[in-house]
Amino acid sequence: MRSFSEYLNDLFSGIRSLLTGLSITWKELWTKKVTRQYPENRGTLVISERFRAELKMPHDENNEHACTACGICQMNCPNGTINVISRTTETADGKKKKELDRYVYNLGTCTFCNLCVITCPSDAIVFSNNFENATFTRDKLVKQLNMEGSKMREKKPIKKVENEAEKGIQTA
Amino acid sequence: MLLNYSQPLELNKLTSRIDAALHAALPDYWAVTIELVLVGILIIATYALLAVVLIYVERKITAFFQARIGPNRVGKYGIFQTVADVTKILIKEIIHINRIDKFLFYTAPFFIIVASILTFGAIPFGQGLQAVDFNIGVLYVISVSSLGIIGVLLAGWSSNNKYSMIGAMRSGAQFVSYELSAGIALMTIVVLSGTMQLSTMVESQRYCWNIFNGHISALVAFVIYLISGHAETNRGPFDLPEAESELTAGYHTEYSGLQFGFFYLAEYLNMFIIASIGATVFLGGWMPLQIAGWESFNQLMWFIPSYLWFFGKVALLIFFSLWVRWSFPRLRIDQLLNLEWKYLLPINLVNLLVMVILVLTGLTLTDIFY
Repeated sequence: MRSFSEYLNDLFSGIRSLLTGLSITWKELWTKKVTRQYPENRGTLVISERFRAELKMPHDENNEHACTACGICQMNCPNGTINVISRTTETADGKKKKELDRYVYNLGTCTFCNLCVITCPSDAIVFSNNFENATFTRDKLVKQLNMEGSKMREKKPIKKVENEAEKGIQTA
Repeated sequence: MLLNYSQPLELNKLTSRIDAALHAALPDYWAVTIELVLVGILIIATYALLAVVLIYVERKITAFFQARIGPNRVGKYGIFQTVADVTKILIKEIIHINRIDKFLFYTAPFFIIVASILTFGAIPFGQGLQAVDFNIGVLYVISVSSLGIIGVLLAGWSSNNKYSMIGAMRSGAQFVSYELSAGIALMTIVVLSGTMQLSTMVESQRYCWNIFNGHISALVAFVIYLISGHAETNRGPFDLPEAESELTAGYHTEYSGLQFGFFYLAEYLNMFIIASIGATVFLGGWMPLQIAGWESFNQLMWFIPSYLWFFGKVALLIFFSLWVRWSFPRLRIDQLLNLEWKYLLPINLVNLLVMVILVLTGLTLTDIFY
């Protein structure tokens, strides 16, 4: 008789737990949907500040950057994504000086490890939030980061140069 | 006479007019032949159309249960998603597999789809919208729908693939077990209504659905029917024949293109068939909601065409099936067989006995109140 009561107990506790499960999914049916519809929600899209999407070299309003062409980023890059091409120029007083000619960055081989940004002694490069980098051909992924005709800033800036997103937050 | 005006959207007037026109224009045998062909085409078209709708509905509701939106890119709210999927599956290549049992491999999908369509034909969709109306309708439905298992077993056996084989054997064990429960649950209601003909069964539920008429016993039978129905369609918590994590896709692993499409179609339509048999036998089929004595209310209810009532009730049961599917975890094969042989079958047999006593002692609702 005991086993029969156990059988019934088993049965009804089973049914009760199933009903609990059903009630939970019923509540879940009416919860707010979490899907983000990407191309349409570009305006309201929130990308985390520290998300590493693409390497950028910030230039100020005088078209000047902070890169000294030391090549530390290139040395630290684990997969040869960065290629710093420098040239030597003579200053007015006849000194020879190394200067950045082209800063070539291959987005296609970048693993976004952030080692270049960490090791840069003059904070010349940052990772930006611009993640829409899809292209149709691979060679479009090879980018030159310094702008045409840009120069190195004479003095090292006191404050770290922010990327555009940070600037936007500060002004707002 | 009033009924003629109160049922403006009923289809049986259209069908009888077509019938009369054909018989007037042609000799009897030609008229009958044309009607048979027309009915066949209509059934197959409805079958395909329903599958498209069901797949869309399933995907949407599934998404809602998981707090997603679901298909929403092809057309407004993604309504053309399944149309695109069907087009894709139609133009896909049928991959030929080495060392399969060719004859069985290529016939297996047809077994499944034919069994499914044969059952589909017996469903009363509305007033006068029933292709096959035997006086042993319930028996016909049970027997014909169980033919599908041959297709599943053939598919698993002929695929030359151990996963297919295991899936098919699981499916076979499951189907044979639960067919018993579903059958006895339906028999309980046959005892109650005293007929096996689906059309008379619907007619007899005019003022009191069977599920209320047989109260306790019918309710238990309904629950058991739903459980075993879900198990028979290999869906819900009983989808272990195609447990993705264990067996890739179960018995239809090796199928591709339209052959896979047949399995897929049959799976969804079996869900519909189980729901519609449930609605017909327990919930009054296409009969609108009628309350004895409330004549004007009854007339009002008839304004909603009978097929809409039918599809509404079926939709309710299908929603329930999806709800269950996304609530419960998958059963192991031993748990599955335990559930059937140690719980459902004994309860079912006692329930059948209780129903017989209820009917004999006159304790059904209609006996008490009318």
